[in-house]
Amino acid sequence: MGERTLRGKTAIAGVGETKYYKHGKSPDPEFKLALMAILSACEDAGINPRDIDGFSSYSNDRNEPPRLAAAFGCRELRFSNMQWGGGGGGGAAAIANAAAAVATGMADCVVAYRSLAQGQFARFGRSAGAKTVTGEMSLSVPYGAMTPAQRYSMKAMRFMHEHGIKQEALRAIALASYHHAQKNPGAVMHGRPLDEAKYDASRWIAEPHHLYDCCQENDGAAAVIVVSAERAKDMRQKPAFLLGAAAGGPYRAAAAAANTPDFGSSHFTTVAPHLYDMAKVTPKDVDVVQCYENFTGGVLMSLVEHGLFKAEEANDVLKLPNLTAETGKLPLNTSGGNLAECYMHGLELHTEAVRQLRGTSFNQVKDAEVALVVAGPMVTPVSTSIYGSEAALG
Amino acid sequence: MTARSSYLPEGLPIPVPEADGLSAPHWAGLRQNTLRIQCCKKCSTWQWGPEWICHACHSFEIDWKTVEPSGTIYSWTRVWHPTHTVLNDRGPYIVVVVELPHAGSVRVIGNLLGDAQQPVTIGAKVVGVFEQHDGTEPAYALLHWKVAD
Ligand SMILES: [Zn+2]
Repeated sequence: MGERTLRGKTAIAGVGETKYYKHGKSPDPEFKLALMAILSACEDAGINPRDIDGFSSYSNDRNEPPRLAAAFGCRELRFSNMQWGGGGGGGAAAIANAAAAVATGMADCVVAYRSLAQGQFARFGRSAGAKTVTGEMSLSVPYGAMTPAQRYSMKAMRFMHEHGIKQEALRAIALASYHHAQKNPGAVMHGRPLDEAKYDASRWIAEPHHLYDCCQENDGAAAVIVVSAERAKDMRQKPAFLLGAAAGGPYRAAAAAANTPDFGSSHFTTVAPHLYDMAKVTPKDVDVVQCYENFTGGVLMSLVEHGLFKAEEANDVLKLPNLTAETGKLPLNTSGGNLAECYMHGLELHTEAVRQLRGTSFNQVKDAEVALVVAGPMVTPVSTSIYGSEAALG
Repeated sequence: MTARSSYLPEGLPIPVPEADGLSAPHWAGLRQNTLRIQCCKKCSTWQWGPEWICHACHSFEIDWKTVEPSGTIYSWTRVWHPTHTVLNDRGPYIVVVVELPHAGSVRVIGNLLGDAQQPVTIGAKVVGVFEQHDGTEPAYALLHWKVAD
């Protein structure tokens, strides 16, 4: 048996997005948004949508593959996949699952997608009006810890306490996203810059997170087309090869009521080493990082647990000039990310990584060859991936 | 200022045991002003949240032991943004994760009583305060915390 790896076996050959809206503002229903994003990705890749033979998503996306395949008139359906659990933590895994299907011959052309119309459906950051609560949630909801902001803030608080990390470190993460969004005309926060004073004056949501530390809620859809590496080389776009991917979580990460043994964590401590092993790169090789901001505290812990710097260095590294595409050693969330481009559950982070490797980002990092994309932190399972140019493939 | 009968207003979802009854001893215990936490009869490992099996030895023989409600603050957040209708006029409140040294250092989530603007210190000693909700259907109880004298 040869080496078991996804490295270099597949590539993203096309990316597509709808216009991004504030939540509830999409004029189109959610399923139509999914169709539009997938069509856009097919056009980008130069393929006929009928040639899609697999669909992969995450976070219980409501737009199911059988309906999509029928709507497009796909010639056949061979792969219908949902990453189980973890919500937005499954974004990289959805693409990795698509890649695994292609690499193993279960399918030839798989689209990974996410579509959200939160006006049509309930919002994430608001508790539903149930009269009773049971199971794991009964141990936190009656105490007013009902939304991700409230529960995950306590993870960030613990990590910041253990390592002496200051509020300014979180602020820099927020500033980086807003900084990059100003050059991205498609970003929801384009034309709405953020500075230190505005951040400091903003209201708390749940300490240590201010308003600007928390993801938006948006409507829209995004999609990426995964094909074999050989096929991608002959297609319209410069391929973004998948070098590695990993998903999951450390020991008893999902223990209820804050009993995760390593509580002050983004849950990448075991996952990130698998990623680098497969990708055959080190943190030093990463040219640009897209890291899912549900909350900036999650980004802080994700970056540390991906070995990009030590926790004790966070106060020094997490400064805006270090995080911009223009000057940064660690360019972060170069499209504006979940905070300032759009909260497309992090799939928009993958489309931006692809643009970086093609050289077509609005905030292009010079000579970007290796791009890290980290999906939603602090949940279980989390997932993470590394893409590379042909040069990085070696 | 009106005295509150409960730390958070009535109207938040009422905790009830699962259909399979897994956590029922915990909720029944709180109604009797006792904190009951799972402890394995075979290997004495403490476990929280509740589960049908001991994660340490895979025994299904799990006891519910009464635990002294005192511990230390492991983490916390002060919530400012209301995410439920009944919290709209509540103002900020404090959620704490409390580590229980008398129960193998498992953790429970609760509220920290007192001034919502008080400074909160990780590692501070806290003691439990049971909060009975007699007038709801069903009745239930919560376990809150206050900084130890
Ligand atoms: Zn046991």
